[in-house]
Amino acid sequence: MPATVVLPEVPRLSDRLVDQIAFPSRDTYKRMAAAFRDTGFETCSDLCAVDYLTHPGRTLPEGVGPERFEVVVNLLSLSKRQRVRIRVQVPESDPLLDSLVDVYPGVDAMEREAYDLVGVVFGGHPDMTRILMPEDWEGHPLRKDYGVGRVPVQFKEAPGPR
Amino acid sequence: MTEHEHEDEHEDGNGQESESEPAIDSAPGSEAPPVDQELGIESTEAGHLLAEQRAFVAETSEGAQELLPRGTTTAGELRQEVGAVLRLPEGGFVDPGDIDIERRDDQTMIINMGPQHPSTHGVLRLMLELDGETVLRTKPIIGYLHTGMEKTGEELTYVQGSTNVTRMDYLSPLHNELVFSLATEALLDVELPPRAIWIRMLMAELNRVSSHLMWMATNGMDLGSTSMMIYGFREREMVLTFFEKTTGLRMNHNFIRPGGVAADLPDGWEDDVDIICETILARTYEYDELLTGQPIFRERTEAVGNISAEEALALSVTGPILRSTGVPWDLRRTMPYLAYDKLDFDVIVGSYGDNFDRYSVRLNEIRESIKMIRQIAEMMPPGDYRVQDRKVTPPPRARIDESMEALIHHFKIFTEGFRVPEGEVYVAIESPRGELGCYLVSDGTSKPYRMHIRGPSFVNLQALPLLLRGGLMADAVAVISSVDPVMGEVDR
Repeated sequence: MPATVVLPEVPRLSDRLVDQIAFPSRDTYKRMAAAFRDTGFETCSDLCAVDYLTHPGRTLPEGVGPERFEVVVNLLSLSKRQRVRIRVQVPESDPLLDSLVDVYPGVDAMEREAYDLVGVVFGGHPDMTRILMPEDWEGHPLRKDYGVGRVPVQFKEAPGPR
Repeated sequence: MTEHEHEDEHEDGNGQESESEPAIDSAPGSEAPPVDQELGIESTEAGHLLAEQRAFVAETSEGAQELLPRGTTTAGELRQEVGAVLRLPEGGFVDPGDIDIERRDDQTMIINMGPQHPSTHGVLRLMLELDGETVLRTKPIIGYLHTGMEKTGEELTYVQGSTNVTRMDYLSPLHNELVFSLATEALLDVELPPRAIWIRMLMAELNRVSSHLMWMATNGMDLGSTSMMIYGFREREMVLTFFEKTTGLRMNHNFIRPGGVAADLPDGWEDDVDIICETILARTYEYDELLTGQPIFRERTEAVGNISAEEALALSVTGPILRSTGVPWDLRRTMPYLAYDKLDFDVIVGSYGDNFDRYSVRLNEIRESIKMIRQIAEMMPPGDYRVQDRKVTPPPRARIDESMEALIHHFKIFTEGFRVPEGEVYVAIESPRGELGCYLVSDGTSKPYRMHIRGPSFVNLQALPLLLRGGLMADAVAVISSVDPVMGEVDR
C-alpha cells in the first residue's frame, strides 16, 4: 500500500524498515499527529525522548536543525498495516512540546515517562508528574550528563563502606 | 527499644567492640547505627535520630503522583482517572456528565491497594476512590521496581545487552532478547541463517505457552481457584525444564543474541517438544472443565471489566486485551517477523472485551502456540544456528585452541563488542502481553546510544481506570489480573 502523506511540506526521510520518518517543527507537531490520526493511524505505539548531547551529528533532512532533545513518536495504522515515525527537535533552552493526549489518549504514561527520564515538558498534559522516579527526585536520569551510578569494587583487604 | 534495653545490649558486646574500633565514637555506650553515617546525619545521643531527621528518612510519599481528592484535581486529570478516553469528532472527550464532577469528597473514600498486595502481581500500587463498594476513580502508581535498565543498557555493549533486557519482562524473557536482537540486527543489516530464525520462533512460542500458563495460574488464584494455580505452575515447569536443558537457565536465558542464538538445540529436543505439546494440549481441556464451564468462574468474569475496540485503540492497548475486543491484530500475522508468515495459525479474537474474553483468548492462544510449535519442529531446517559473519559472531571454541588470531578476536568481541552503524530503528514483536517494541539509536560505537523498550504492560496499565470504573471493589483483583501486568517490564 502506498505511503500516506499528510502535510507534504514537512521534511521527511525513509529507510529500509519504515517508509516515512517526518520531522515537523514544534509548531506543526501536534497538527501533524492529528492529521495522521485522521488518515487512519488509529493508535500511537510508542513515544520516547532521546538526549543527543554527545551525538549531535545525526542524519537529518534538509532544513531541520539538530537540537539537544528529540521526541520520537511511532504511529501505527491497523487498517493500512503501516508505521510512521515522527521526530521532533526540542531545544535544551526551552524543552517544551505540545502534549498529544487530546489526539492519542494512550500517550499519557509515555509522555510522563519522557518527562521523568529526559525532562521534556509536555504542555497541555493533564498530569505532568514523574512516573517512574520518586516525586522528589532531582534531575532526569536518561540525560547524557546525568552520571551512571556504580557499585565500588570491594577488595578483600579494603576497609568496608562503614 | 527503650533506653534501658539499649544499654543492656551494649554491655553484652562491650569487650570486643570497643577494642577493635576505639576511635569511632568517644561517648561510652554509643553504638551508632550504620544508617546514620550512610545518610550523613549526625546522631545526637546514643544512636537516636532527631524527630525531624527520622521523618526525612521515613517519608516516601509520592506526592502529586498519587490520586488526589476531587477538590484538588483538575478536570483533565479527573477524566483520565475515570478512564474517559473516547475521542469525539471535534477532538474532545466523552460525555462530561459521565464523570460526576459534582460528587463531593465526603461521599467517597480513597483507599490504597498495594504496592505490597498479593493480588497486584508485584509492586503495583493502585489508589481507588470508592463509593461504598463501587470504584469511581483509579490511578495506578508505578515505579517501585524501577532499576534504570534503559540507562544501564547504554553502558553495556550490544553483546552484553541481551543479558540486561532479558530481566525486564521476567515471564517472557526470550521475547525481550528477541526484540533487542532484531533491532540490533536491523541496524547491522545482517541476514540470519534459517535455523537461527526457526530456533528463535520455537523458543518464543514455548515462552508464550509458559507465560500464558503462568497467567492462567495467577488468574485462577486471584479468583479463588487454587487448583488452577497448582496446575498452571505444574505445566509451566515442563516448559522451563526444556528451557533449562537448552539454554542452561530456567529464566533470564540470554539465549537469543544479536547474530543468532547462543547454542544449538540439545539432542533429542524433538521428543521433549513432542511430550510438552501433547501434555499441555491435553491439559488445556482439563482447564476447560475446571474453569470455562464453571458457573462461579463465569459469574466472576463475564461482563466484568469491559473495554471496547475504540477505547482500546485510543489507549494504545495491544495484545490479548485488544484482541478480546474483536480486533484481529497480531503482529505475527499482520506484520510478520522471523518466519511467522510460513506458519499456519489462527488469530484468536473475542467479542465483548470482558474478563472472560481475555481468559479465552489466552487459553486458545496456548493451543495455537502448540499448533505452531508442532509445525516448527516439523519444518526445522538444518544448518548454522548463528550468523557466520565474523564481525558479529565469536570464532568457535575449537579454533581458539589452535589460532592466536581467533583468541584475540574472541577476546575483542567479548570485551569491546562489535561496532554497529549509525542509525535509529524501531522494531516491534508480539510478546504474550502485546506489542513489545525496541527503539534503538546507535552512534556508531559498540554500545547503544539510546535503548528504549516499549513495554506492553506499561501501556496496557493505562486501561485500568477504564476497566475498573463502575465495577465492584471485589472485581478489581480479577480485572488487574486479566490485564496481566508484569511489573519488571512496567518499571524497567
